[in-house]
Amino acid sequence: MAVSNFSTKDLVSGAMFVAAGAYFALEALNYEVGTAFRMGPGFMPLLLGCVLAALGLGVAANGWKKPDTERPLSPPWRAMVLIIGVIIFFGATIRGLGFVPVVLVSSFAAAMASRLNSPVFALLLAVTLTVLCTAIFVVGLGMTVPWFGPWLGM
Amino acid sequence: MDIIASLGLGFSVALDPINILYCFIGVLLGTLVGCLPGIGPTATIAMLLPITFSLSPAGALIMLAGIYYGAQYGGSTTAILINLPGESSSAVTAIDGYQMAKQGRAGQALATAALGSFFAGTVATLLLAFFAPPLARAALNFGAPEYFALIVLGLLVSIALAHGSILKALGMIVLGLLLGMVGQDIYTGQPRFTFGIRELYSGLNFVSVAVGVFGVAEILRNLEDEKSRDVMVKSVKGLWLSMTDFKRIIAPVLRGTVLGSLLGVLPGGGHILSSFASYSAEKRLSKTPEEFGRGAIEGVAGPESANNAAAQTSFIPLLTLGIPAHPVMALMVGAFILQGITPGPNVINDQPALFWGIIASMWIGNVLLVLLNLPLIGLWVKMLSIPYRALFPAIVLFACIGCFSINQNIYDVYAIGFFGVVGYVLIRFGCEPAPLLLGFVLGPLLEEHLRRAMIISRGDPMVFLERPISATLLGLALLAVIIAVLPGIRQKRKEVFVEED
Repeated sequence: MAVSNFSTKDLVSGAMFVAAGAYFALEALNYEVGTAFRMGPGFMPLLLGCVLAALGLGVAANGWKKPDTERPLSPPWRAMVLIIGVIIFFGATIRGLGFVPVVLVSSFAAAMASRLNSPVFALLLAVTLTVLCTAIFVVGLGMTVPWFGPWLGM
Repeated sequence: MDIIASLGLGFSVALDPINILYCFIGVLLGTLVGCLPGIGPTATIAMLLPITFSLSPAGALIMLAGIYYGAQYGGSTTAILINLPGESSSAVTAIDGYQMAKQGRAGQALATAALGSFFAGTVATLLLAFFAPPLARAALNFGAPEYFALIVLGLLVSIALAHGSILKALGMIVLGLLLGMVGQDIYTGQPRFTFGIRELYSGLNFVSVAVGVFGVAEILRNLEDEKSRDVMVKSVKGLWLSMTDFKRIIAPVLRGTVLGSLLGVLPGGGHILSSFASYSAEKRLSKTPEEFGRGAIEGVAGPESANNAAAQTSFIPLLTLGIPAHPVMALMVGAFILQGITPGPNVINDQPALFWGIIASMWIGNVLLVLLNLPLIGLWVKMLSIPYRALFPAIVLFACIGCFSINQNIYDVYAIGFFGVVGYVLIRFGCEPAPLLLGFVLGPLLEEHLRRAMIISRGDPMVFLERPISATLLGLALLAVIIAVLPGIRQKRKEVFVEED
């Protein structure tokens, strides 16, 4: 590979910094930049975005001639999909479905993110967590959220 | 105000039964969660922060402080018993503590940690009570340029202490600063980087960023490589220290306390540095340095005292200047703001009961820790055997429920997911998340003070160098960076942090 002379870690994190810096700097151009005396809302983001992009280049260049020695572990795709999915599901349905069903489904799905958990264990964990969370947050701390939401016709 | 009278006021607040209860709950929860393997103080506080919203400001902050040192203490327990430090500052404890546990001296190691921490905590609390008021008075004269310089110093010192690449740490700070700018501009009200989403006008929720980067990202990281872990120590016996042990720990505890109290005030992770510094000092001063790494009791006593002293004195910059010294203090800033209080030099005058109450409660919290930990050690050992695969779903759920309950804002929940992924990717490619969080908290402050300073000076950047205090602070910041990049020091840093990886 052409980049085999580079540390992948440095190259990728450098690229991420450049991308993030470029985004913030370009977006900041849509706002009033102002002058050094009266800085507008765009001044700091433009400046910092450019600094971040420059740092990104520096990080990437720093990885030159430091090729990777260790083989990275493969990312936990299943866990990522399930856990991020759970968070989005939670946000999207908490108002509609209500606390109890959302927590039950979420904790079951989150538990399945680990390959070591069997479905039965996940279900047991989900029930335990639902009871626990309902007791702590809804009953104990008086969180204002329905037990069962309007989507369930209750 | 007289210090005795002030402390009296503090104790009258802290000894209020309801506040003792909050302190107790905080210490208990903190130790409980801190003992759970794989969760450090930052994640613990981020997760439990929402629980404190319904309380009074004093109650909430007392409880949070309790959670903090409880979690810190719990982290030492996991370090000693299963060689799994909850956070980097107890990484040093693991070196000799775990060896002691292997030799069947886990009880002594835990007792040493508890006694050392208690002593250090008491001294550091007194120091806090003595030095915070004059510092706060001095800080009242600070103008925008001084604050700007102070924030720059804080951010740059934090990278000097970070291990790993300095460029990456700088990048993470700047990224954090930029993320802190999301939301309405303070001067013009112009919404920035909001994608037109109204819920983002007030900025990204701080708790979401913290639990995303420290909680969810860490879970993903742990699920990369799952293995079951055995708890070697099933029961702990013999908590009493023998006379010889006692004699051996006195000097290390004293030295650790001094080192920790001094270094804890430093912005940016002084508590991590202090435990490392204390360990290497003890090793150098010892007549039997070869015992270190093989279960030397001094190697537990020194760092644990240093670490706890630093934990207390790191409240000094927070309470007097409103500047967080490390990510946990950044979370405390968030807690202050959510309670409607701006942390800074005014707190001591405007809310003396709150200020002194927090200080007094720290000492009470330390007493509670000793009372709780030694007798209940059996319970903590049991906590260690809870498998991680049963824990992480609970963390995910707590994070979602907690963040949602703050403002009933579902975008706060989505933000956890977003920052979980961002944090995971960044950690995977070798960037540390702590500077990002510091940058995120300090970003709005930095911008506000810079812009104010520039308006005062009519656009002349020389103002930062013409004013003696800000010039000194900026000079120190420059020095910190130079020291960090010097080749000799870099080598030292590598040696110091080598045990951690």
